Amino acid sequence: MEFLYKYAFIIVPVIKVAILVFIVLTVDAYLTWLERKVIAHIQARWGPHRVGPHGLLQPLADGIKFVFKEDPIPAGADRVLYFLAPFLTLVLAVTSLGVIPFGPGKFTIWGYTTTLSIVDLNISLLALFAITALGVYGIALAGWASNSKYSLFGGLRSSAQMISYELALTLSVVGVLLLAGDLSLRGIVDQQYIPNLGFLSWNIAGFGKGYGVTQILGFACFFIAAIAETNRVPFDLPEAESELVAGFHTEYASMKFAMFFIAEYTSMIVVSCLGTILFFGGWLSPFPDSWTFTHYLPSLLLIPFGLWVIFDGMRYETIFGRIILPGLGIAIAGLGIALAVFRPLNDFAQGPFWLISKVLLSLLIYIWLRGTLPRLRYDQLMGFGWKVLLPVSIANVVITSAVMFWRMPR
Amino acid sequence: MTGPIFIFLVLAAVAIAGAVSLILHRHPIHSALSLIVVMVALAGLYLLMGAEFVAAVQLIVYGGAIMVLFVFVIMLLNAGEEERTNFSTLATYGGVPLALGVAGLIAAALSRAGTETLPAAAQGGAVSSTRSLSMLLFSEFVYPFELTSFLILVAILGAIVLAQREN
Repeated sequence: MEFLYKYAFIIVPVIKVAILVFIVLTVDAYLTWLERKVIAHIQARWGPHRVGPHGLLQPLADGIKFVFKEDPIPAGADRVLYFLAPFLTLVLAVTSLGVIPFGPGKFTIWGYTTTLSIVDLNISLLALFAITALGVYGIALAGWASNSKYSLFGGLRSSAQMISYELALTLSVVGVLLLAGDLSLRGIVDQQYIPNLGFLSWNIAGFGKGYGVTQILGFACFFIAAIAETNRVPFDLPEAESELVAGFHTEYASMKFAMFFIAEYTSMIVVSCLGTILFFGGWLSPFPDSWTFTHYLPSLLLIPFGLWVIFDGMRYETIFGRIILPGLGIAIAGLGIALAVFRPLNDFAQGPFWLISKVLLSLLIYIWLRGTLPRLRYDQLMGFGWKVLLPVSIANVVITSAVMFWRMPR
Repeated sequence: MTGPIFIFLVLAAVAIAGAVSLILHRHPIHSALSLIVVMVALAGLYLLMGAEFVAAVQLIVYGGAIMVLFVFVIMLLNAGEEERTNFSTLATYGGVPLALGVAGLIAAALSRAGTETLPAAAQGGAVSSTRSLSMLLFSEFVYPFELTSFLILVAILGAIVLAQREN
């Protein structure tokens, strides 16, 4: 025990990193399942439903398939860079999660007090942008090192797109930074909190501790630029299959292809967390503080869901359905009951509950967009980025600072 | 050996190794990537000095924007391996003495400046470093700052004019 107390400052962060990576990879896997299910239902299909109940084991089956597939290297490829590219992409995507705070709470393990994030930097927003700025290389190098024309064009398009939209992304955040006067994500959330104002004090509504400037314009720019930055529909030009086969990852197979895929979903999660924190009050509840009954909302959602999972699992005649689904349901319902009964646990879980709900909603919108919108043409994409998005985000900076200057107490 | 010195030595070694491989590699993409390694190592060194803001900006501007542009242009032109040419006479005879001279100059400057302290921006500590840096930038150093911005603007305009003349 003495050992644990002495080295808690190094053991606790390592455990936190391991837990975060485990959770994120699991969420990534089930995000692919959710995406296939939702898009299938949008298109009046069933989606995956063969492997396990509701196709729930499909991500696992895909993972096993990826591991055992042949992994050819194209002739004339630059071997070092060809191997480096997927690693770089995945490592940077997962690293950027490290600066995101998942809740306000603090807890102490072995005499070491820590927060619900891997690191608490006072420039965490800039650190996040620095990491995503390096993320371009993974895709550009994958395209170049594959020694294939489709890959090369995919990589070129991707790097051009990411450079262009990164400007708009960074500028759309400046309004929030002006209001917060702080570069740390924690500080930005704190600035959006006013007791008993609920969601009105978030940056999107604009009645926070600032000067009453709404950031709707900033959020619109951020949202569009973030979709382009993560290479998703309708901005998935780098991998437009009708023109480029599969874009920068045409020549990648097996686990290396899976790494690009995991990185894409991880950066979706990162961008969703960032949007939630910057514009939607992060872990703040949308209800006024005096409505204490809303603290039972997590239990109210978890207990019926858990009971439904138990009921649903009983109907299956397979082992997975009969044992694992009811077990899972009991765990979910038990968590809901524990949250309702234990007051400190309930208080601690409020922040993460709201953050996770908002992030899940934003991920659902991502998937919804993919099921709805057609792809843009390449010149339209670049024209939109430079001629519309960039001026609008600069206008947002000017408007925000003008209103702040006008209302500043003198 | 204490922690910070160990990290400094590792980062410095990475930076120098990157710089050497930048010169030795014959393919432009490999050289550009070596330069990125140097940039990232330098950002780590800034971080070690407590200048978090400068480190992040180093990564965003140099590691991200500028080097992406380098890699992008190399990919776009599909530049092949460089060919070895005969060294120029100046490089053959003047190179080594000049390099030694510059190294001596830097060493002399470093040994003399050893006792001087860093400017206030770097000393403000991690908490206020961004704030004090921007205070300095917009009060004491506002003219150099604005002049640099103006210079960059002129350079951009010049590039556009040159590109337009081709058509």
